[in-house]
Amino acid sequence: MPYIPHTPAEQERMLQTIGVPDINALFAEIPQELRPKRFDLPDGQDEHQVLHRLEHLAAKNNIHLVSFLGAGFYDHAIPSAVDYLTSRGEFATAYTPYQPEASQGSLQAIFEYQTAISRLLEMDFANASVYDGGTALYEAMMMAVRQTKRRKVVVDECVNPIYRRMLDCYTSNLHLDMVVVPHARGTSNMAALQAAVDGRTAALIVQNPNFFGVLEDFASLFDHGRAQGALNIISTYPLMQAILKTPGAMGADIATAEGQSLGLPLCFGGPYLGVMTCTKALIRQMPGRIVGRTTDNQGRDGFVLTLQAREQHIRRQKATSNICSNQALCAMRAIAFLCLMGPQGLADAALRCAEMAHAAARRMVKLPGVSLLNQRPFANEFAVTLPKPAYQVIHRLTQRGFLPGFPLGRYYPGLENVLLIACTEKHRREEIGILVEMLGGAL
Amino acid sequence: MKTIFANSVPGRPGVGPGKPTKDLTGLIPMELARAEPPGLPEVGELDVVRHLSRLSRLNFGVDSHFYPLGSCTMKYNPKFMEQVAALPGFCRLHPLIPQLRGAGHFAQGALEVIYETERLLGEITGMAGFTLHPMAGSHGELTGAMIIAAYHKDKGRTRTKVIVPDSAHGTNPASAAIAGFDVISLESKDGIIDPQALENALDEDVAAVMMTCPNTLGLFERNLPRIVELVRSVDALLYYDGANLNAIMGKMRVGDAGFDVVHLNLHKTFGTPHGGGGPGSGPVGVCTRLVDFLPVSRVVKLEDGQFFLDYDYPKSIGYVAPFYGNFGVYLKAYAYILRLGRNGLIRVSENAVLAANYLRKRLEDALDIPCNRICMHEFVASAVRQAAQGVRALDIAKALLDQGHHAPTVYFPLIIKEALMIEPTETENLTTLDQFVDDLIEILERGASNPASIQAAPLNTPVSRLDETKAARNLELTDL
Repeated sequence: MPYIPHTPAEQERMLQTIGVPDINALFAEIPQELRPKRFDLPDGQDEHQVLHRLEHLAAKNNIHLVSFLGAGFYDHAIPSAVDYLTSRGEFATAYTPYQPEASQGSLQAIFEYQTAISRLLEMDFANASVYDGGTALYEAMMMAVRQTKRRKVVVDECVNPIYRRMLDCYTSNLHLDMVVVPHARGTSNMAALQAAVDGRTAALIVQNPNFFGVLEDFASLFDHGRAQGALNIISTYPLMQAILKTPGAMGADIATAEGQSLGLPLCFGGPYLGVMTCTKALIRQMPGRIVGRTTDNQGRDGFVLTLQAREQHIRRQKATSNICSNQALCAMRAIAFLCLMGPQGLADAALRCAEMAHAAARRMVKLPGVSLLNQRPFANEFAVTLPKPAYQVIHRLTQRGFLPGFPLGRYYPGLENVLLIACTEKHRREEIGILVEMLGGAL
Repeated sequence: MKTIFANSVPGRPGVGPGKPTKDLTGLIPMELARAEPPGLPEVGELDVVRHLSRLSRLNFGVDSHFYPLGSCTMKYNPKFMEQVAALPGFCRLHPLIPQLRGAGHFAQGALEVIYETERLLGEITGMAGFTLHPMAGSHGELTGAMIIAAYHKDKGRTRTKVIVPDSAHGTNPASAAIAGFDVISLESKDGIIDPQALENALDEDVAAVMMTCPNTLGLFERNLPRIVELVRSVDALLYYDGANLNAIMGKMRVGDAGFDVVHLNLHKTFGTPHGGGGPGSGPVGVCTRLVDFLPVSRVVKLEDGQFFLDYDYPKSIGYVAPFYGNFGVYLKAYAYILRLGRNGLIRVSENAVLAANYLRKRLEDALDIPCNRICMHEFVASAVRQAAQGVRALDIAKALLDQGHHAPTVYFPLIIKEALMIEPTETENLTTLDQFVDDLIEILERGASNPASIQAAPLNTPVSRLDETKAARNLELTDL
């Protein structure tokens, strides 16, 4: 049997040591009435047979479309060294670093990740990760509910609609007062948000760039939130953060992100990386693992999991979160990626994405019947209104090998004709030209 | 070791893309732009490769060390699974593609993986329906708890309490509490659930009982039929924490046994690497009457053999994940199940239990074993005798590191004093198991004559014991 190393003689020796006649005797405590009625699984296969099966399934997925689909999840270039380094068995086959003396590699890498993420978002502290951008936003909201002891949460409709659905799911049993403030043609309705945030509000939740790709400055809205005693929470796009005004500069209390853009493949939705950062004042409300630097009994620097009194294995039902395993190896990918890119490489990548998107938008609005959803600044993603339903255009273009974007009508009734188009540094100028040409032909 | 930030040299180029043709000002208004570049390290590719390679050598992993960390099932992770997960047809696939009307045919292979994996897990556990969305074990627990809440709500009643035995998996109380329940702890008797105590605790306010079976003492809950009966009598639901499923594959199907909700930890039973703390994958299975409450989306197979994403479940708890869970993780588990097949999975459980009992027997004179009878895949020893001489469970753990073994889980479960929870798994050979026993006995003997030598451990690791109090008091969470 693969991966089970015992010879029959060794098994016999083990049974003798235990003092039972056979392996079945070890399971004698399971009552007969509980024995399986069936266990109808296929026979085992050789490695090459399994690989063949999986290669066959992988080939049924089309990854050769020239794609402008983003909507929060982006096809950025990943330096090969990221895969190479994070596939090292010493990282990949370790457990959560409960024994710090045997885990300094993981712990220091996570400490460096926390440092890089905090600096990227200009926030005080980061944790070691949660599952994804959506659970990060949910955890941030619960930090605010605990900290303020209030139950009202104001959410901008420009926040990723998938994340808003996740918030709904997690809060369905918690008796929170969730208020969603409608968007205004793909932009945040600042006046309405300000009116909604009052002295009962625990958290204000916004996103930048928003789901429509629009860049916002929430600094004055956050001033208002702070004055009302609410916590300001912002969901961000970390790669693009290399060139955009930071959550810290806007005055956010908690900044979260989907970290997928930092060296993680799209991989059909996961594993991704939930990025969480906060101000110093809130660190004891932070969920999940946090690594801190300390010294050993010989005075040498070393790293440990710290502030564990917040966590489920110590605090049981009073913990800040139930999270145990997080996305450690994904955080490892992010720190490798950020180090490989450096500040300049990251800014260059962000700018290249933005210049591709701006080139596409400039040419697209010249097509008859096509206009931008709004005239607001954007970085690498923008929404255009078409003269016909977006899904029809998508359907037409995919037959010709192009996936032009995301149909906003899927989440925003009334925007059926609006297409959300994302560019990355991997796109070529020729592809932009063909996209615009094909789009013109499909209208 | 110095951090990568300490190696930074201003202007040293990384491996970013080619230069953009425009600068920022032509694209983004200055008031929306970043004021200062982020303080990331400025290092070359070789610097990064060397730094992280050096860091990796400071770690213990299954690839390099025996890792008998109880409850965590640190078995060998077969390497062909990495090759599967790296197939471009999977790892380059955008998750929104099958959600675009008319584009479902571009992701048929991925949807088939989901469909097939759910069916296989359903057969292994005897559950009627599965979701792969939960992104780790405790995320599965939370999902299960939310399904339980939705079930009772749908029946038009309020159930506020969840009972968690003190021998259950450690994350259960927090998961139930986060889902909005009050947690009632249930004391075990002789290492397992006492049906009488359970009966006393059960009432019409109880939504569910969360069980781990075998429990965290490695013991099978032999009163399970009575427990099922009791839980049914108040129409509460019985939850199975699958942390220890690796002990009973082919020996018991939790659905047949009467459990209503189950979560699995794929990195435990199905051999996906744990990554130093994740990513995991925590699929949840349910019995027939709970299928309607599973998260959306769900993958459905049409008569023509095509797969599609179905969101039309009005009673569903909704979205627990942005998409379909940690696809890249359960893809590996799918490959693992195909590789081992029916008989292979049964042998996994048999040999995991064999190895645990072998270690238990060989250590029963050297350490106290509070519930010393046939165990399942793990057992809990106690160092109370040694602690009285000044050598605590923690000291023993640290001394094992010096001998080149990862330590067992210590001080858990909480009901055993000076606990050492040992889980060898089925993938370690007898030579390794014997070496571990010899080294552990040598440590205990040395501790008896010279406690200070064990208290000083570890000395052969990159750092010795670290000051955790200082770490929590002088918070240094980023490099300055």
